[in-house]
This record gives sequence, C-alpha cells and structure tokens, in this order.
Amino acid sequence: MFLGFILVTLGITYWAARRSSSAGAYFAANRQIKAWQNGVAVAGDYMSAASFLGIAGLIAFFGYDGFMYSVGWLVAYLTVLLVVAEPLRNAGKYTMADVLAYRLSPRPVRAMASLSTLTVSTFYMIAQMVGAGALVALLLKSSGISFRAAVIGVGVLMIVYVVFGGMIATTWVQIIKAILLMSGTILLSILVLAHFGFSFHDFFTAITKVTYHDPKGALITKDFLQPGLRFKPPYGALDLVSLGIALIFGTAGLPHILVRFYTVPDAKTARHSVVWAMVLIGTFYIMTTFLGFGAATIVGRDFIAKNGGTNMSAPLLANALAGSVFFAFICAIAFATILAVVAGLTISASTSFAHDFYTNVIHRGVERQPGEEVRVARITAFVVGAIAIIIAILLGPNANVAFLVALAFAVASSANLPVIVLSIFWKRFNTSGACWGLGIGLLSSIVLILIGPSLMGPGKFFPRPPIFPLENPGILSVPLGFLGAWLGTMLAGKEPQAEAKWTELEVRANTGLGAEQATVAH
Amino acid sequence: MSTPTLNKSASTANQWDRVAAMDEFKQLLKAKAAFVVPATVFFIVYYFLLPISVGYFPKFMDKRVLGPVNIAYLFALSQFFVAWGIAWLYVRAARGFDGYAKRILERLGKGDK
Repeated sequence: MFLGFILVTLGITYWAARRSSSAGAYFAANRQIKAWQNGVAVAGDYMSAASFLGIAGLIAFFGYDGFMYSVGWLVAYLTVLLVVAEPLRNAGKYTMADVLAYRLSPRPVRAMASLSTLTVSTFYMIAQMVGAGALVALLLKSSGISFRAAVIGVGVLMIVYVVFGGMIATTWVQIIKAILLMSGTILLSILVLAHFGFSFHDFFTAITKVTYHDPKGALITKDFLQPGLRFKPPYGALDLVSLGIALIFGTAGLPHILVRFYTVPDAKTARHSVVWAMVLIGTFYIMTTFLGFGAATIVGRDFIAKNGGTNMSAPLLANALAGSVFFAFICAIAFATILAVVAGLTISASTSFAHDFYTNVIHRGVERQPGEEVRVARITAFVVGAIAIIIAILLGPNANVAFLVALAFAVASSANLPVIVLSIFWKRFNTSGACWGLGIGLLSSIVLILIGPSLMGPGKFFPRPPIFPLENPGILSVPLGFLGAWLGTMLAGKEPQAEAKWTELEVRANTGLGAEQATVAH
Repeated sequence: MSTPTLNKSASTANQWDRVAAMDEFKQLLKAKAAFVVPATVFFIVYYFLLPISVGYFPKFMDKRVLGPVNIAYLFALSQFFVAWGIAWLYVRAARGFDGYAKRILERLGKGDK
C-alpha cells in the first residue's frame, strides 16, 4: 500500500521532471493548475500529520478543547479567501516577497521576507520529520526499521520529489495524498458511527462518560464534551484566544500555502481553489469529532497512553475497529501525509531562497545565466532537506516538537501577515515599515515561545518557572508585528517611490492588469 | 480568454493611472469594500466569540440542549457552516467584481488614450 504510494509519486516526479525546465514550470507549475486541483493541493498542504494524528490525539485526551483547534483551522481560510489570495495572485510572481517588493525597496524587504519564510518552513519541517520518524519507528518496531532510517527515508524521498519534480510533482503528490487522507478519514468515521449503531445519540452519550486512570492510578469518569479539560485557569481562556489569533492570522501568512496561489492561471481560479480547499478542510475537521471522540470512547485513553501516546490515537482506533490491515492503511496515509507536507515546505523554502535571496538580493534581480534560479532552488532544496534530516536525527524520536508548529504559526501571523496586509492596503507603508514589521514579528514570536511554558518549567528545557504564561504568543506578538510595521513606517518618513507605485499595485491587485500569465507547457 | 493582452512596448506607462481614474474602478473598489469589510469583521467577531465564551463562561456553554450535546459543541460546529456560508456569499459577490474588472480591461484595451 505504502510502496504503491511511493511508486506512483516517483512516477509523477519522473513525468514532471521532464517538463520542469523553465522557472515558471519549476516554481509555479506553469500556472496551469486547475481550481479543484489547487484546492485539493492546498488542503493537502494544510492537513499535516499535526492535524490528522495530532488533533485526533488532542480530542482523544482532552475532549472538547481539542476540537477547538479544528474550528480555527477552517475559519482561518476566510482570511485567505477574503483578504490575501486574489491580490497576491495578481501582484506576485513566485513568492510572498514579490508582493512586498512590488512597491518597496526590493533588497532589504526580500532579504527579511526570505529569512522569515525559511524560519517558518524549517521549524515546521523539523516538527514533521521528527513526527514521521517516531511514527514509522513505532509502526515497524518488529521489522527493525529504526528512527534514523525512517527519517532518512522521508528526507530522501522528499528531496527527490522537490529537486527533480518541482512544483508540478509537489502539487500532484499533495493531491494524491489529500484524496487518500480524506478517504481514510471518511472510512474511519463511518466505522466509528457503525460501532454505535449509527446513533448520534448513543455516540454523544458515550462521550459524556469517558473513563480513564489519572496519573495517580485512580479511575475517573469525565464528560469529554465539557470545555476546560486542557485549557485550565488562570491562563487557559487567554491561551485559547491567543491560539485563535495565531490560527486565524497565521494561515494567511504560511509560505507553503501562499505559493500555491501562483500555480493557477488567474485570481478567479485562486478564489475557487480556496473554496475547494475550504470544503475539504471543513469536512475533514468536522470528522475529527468521530476520530478523536471515537478513540476516546472505543480505544480509551489508558490504552493509547501505553501504546505510543496521543499521536497514535487514530491508527489505534483503526486497529480496534477493523484490525491490522486497516491499521496499516491508516499508518500509510499518515506517513504519506508527512511526506507530502514536508515536500510542500521544502519547495516554498527553496523558492524563497533562490528567487528572493539569491537572485534578487545577491544578484540584484539579474540571472547571470538562464536557468540559474532553478538550479539554485534545486541545490537549496537538497541542502534544506539534508539539514532537516540531521536536526531531526539529533533531536531524536522523543523530542516534544509541538511547540515548533506553534512557533511556525506565530511567526507567520506576527511577521508575514501584517506586512502583506499593510503593503496591499496602506498607501503610506514603506520599506522601513516592512523590515521592522518582519523583524519584530519574527523576534517577538521566537522570544515569547522561548520564555513560555513550552520550553520553561519543571522538567523542560529551562527548568525554571515560565516568564510568559501562554503557550501561544499570538495575542501579544501579532499586535507587536503590526506595531513594529507602523512604527517603522512612521520613523522613516515618506517614501515617494513606494507611494507612487501604490496606484499601480492597487489597480493590478484588483483587476489583474499586468498579472503573470499562464504559460503553455512545451 | 477575451482579456486583452497589453503589449509592453506600447506606451503603457500610465495605464495604471488611466485605470485608477476610471469610474468603473472606483465603483469596483467601493463594491469590494462594501462586501469584504463587513464580512471580515463579522467572521472575526463570530469566531472569537467561541474561545471567549468557552474560556470565560464554561458553565453556560456546557448546558445540554440537544440530548447529551451541549451549547459549546453546537456553537463550534456552527462555525464550520458559517465559514462555508460566508465563502459562498463571497464567491457570489465576486462574480460582480469580475464583471467590473473585465469592463475596465476592455475599456483599456480599446485604447481610449
């Protein structure tokens, strides 16, 4: 099953490699991806192992509070749909920095945007790789595949997809994976409902009486529909709001989601692809109800805790409902999910490095030889992949990497989103504002996570009480990002060139005049 | 397909200003703002009502209203349908925006210089 996925995707990579010679093809799939295809690929990029395995696990362990995550993941797409997707498609070429550089001074802005893109992608990627390694090592304990071998396997496959196949191959890997993930989830949901005789009443009644042993060994019964099992006073409520802020504003700043809108022919297709993605993502996250609560009621928290922990909730549920073949099927899907998401992250990181940093910052927008940009991107993909493999191996299978995902979202929402929004909607916005916004957003997210409860506290990396009480820094770092952008703008005085080009950007963003056209594949 | 392609050699330096001065363009911006601003404000308020009410009024949100199902779950579930609803309304409204943009580009393509 899993080998089948690898063979098919490698076949696609081979097919794509033969048509990925030009930059437009390599970075943006010739802008010929259809709306439904891009929508499915966006959904694929987004529904990472963190959601499939992570959220199912959170719901299985903390009930309703886990489901709160699910809601934010979908609603966030309204920001993408209403505010970001269409102007971005009309004004940019390959990366989010294109939009910023449109009217601001290109070199500093691109350098900063590239730094923030690489930060988000690398953190997110390491989290995925560690997850993949732990998962595979756990699944294949008997077959003797180690954590290290699993991480290297994921890394090498991902490098092959991205280096040879570029955006076309990455897109198709996402599409196949998203379809697999959806079918697996639907099947699992039906099995859960069947277990309760297709009675929603019985299902929800079971959720109100979940029993497990607490750490002291006492048997307790909890109502899992009740809010507050994870987010407890005094800071729980604030942390929930802060998480919401990071999700709602962070999704529209995730580089690997944003690059997807350059693969379609025009803004209208970009819009329709967001809608496709919303249908899939929404359906998927509603079904996390069945996965998570199903695992809590049918498998039980005690059993999951003994057999691999929260992340194994969904696979263990499959095992309990339909035996080992279905278990293997779900595991294969989880693995494919990780592989595809990592590939998507790698291509966005390497595109940003090659297009923003190498060509436009170092060589001031001039390609010295034709094809240089693509060549640099391929090398970057290789290097980024290799670094992620090494870091993931060094961290080891037991590293708690959830905070890396929180960090990626915090940076995306506090650094990327403010400057994207301001450069599209604020005429006075200037280069200094963009650099300050990106810098302060990036810095405040990293610092607040470093001094927060993810890394500080008894038994954590810094064994001292946390200085910042929240796991999610969004509530503070997003305003700081906006404030930095505003302050930077005001301190620097007016930038006539940026304001002169504002009209151009406004016309282009709203009408598509002068936007990058789709190219015919050769 | 009918979008006029502007060739770059022609003096299009101030095509941007010409579009910006068009009435249709001003109407387009107005129509967009009239939809996007209230829609964005609404979805942000509606979304944050959830963590705020769950976080600060857990007792009320835990009230059972539909058999074993409580307000908290129903409210969370409603978020999905509200999000889909807004997306659907936006796609409908955006057809109008596309119409404006098309007319603007056509006028520009005819080259009323």
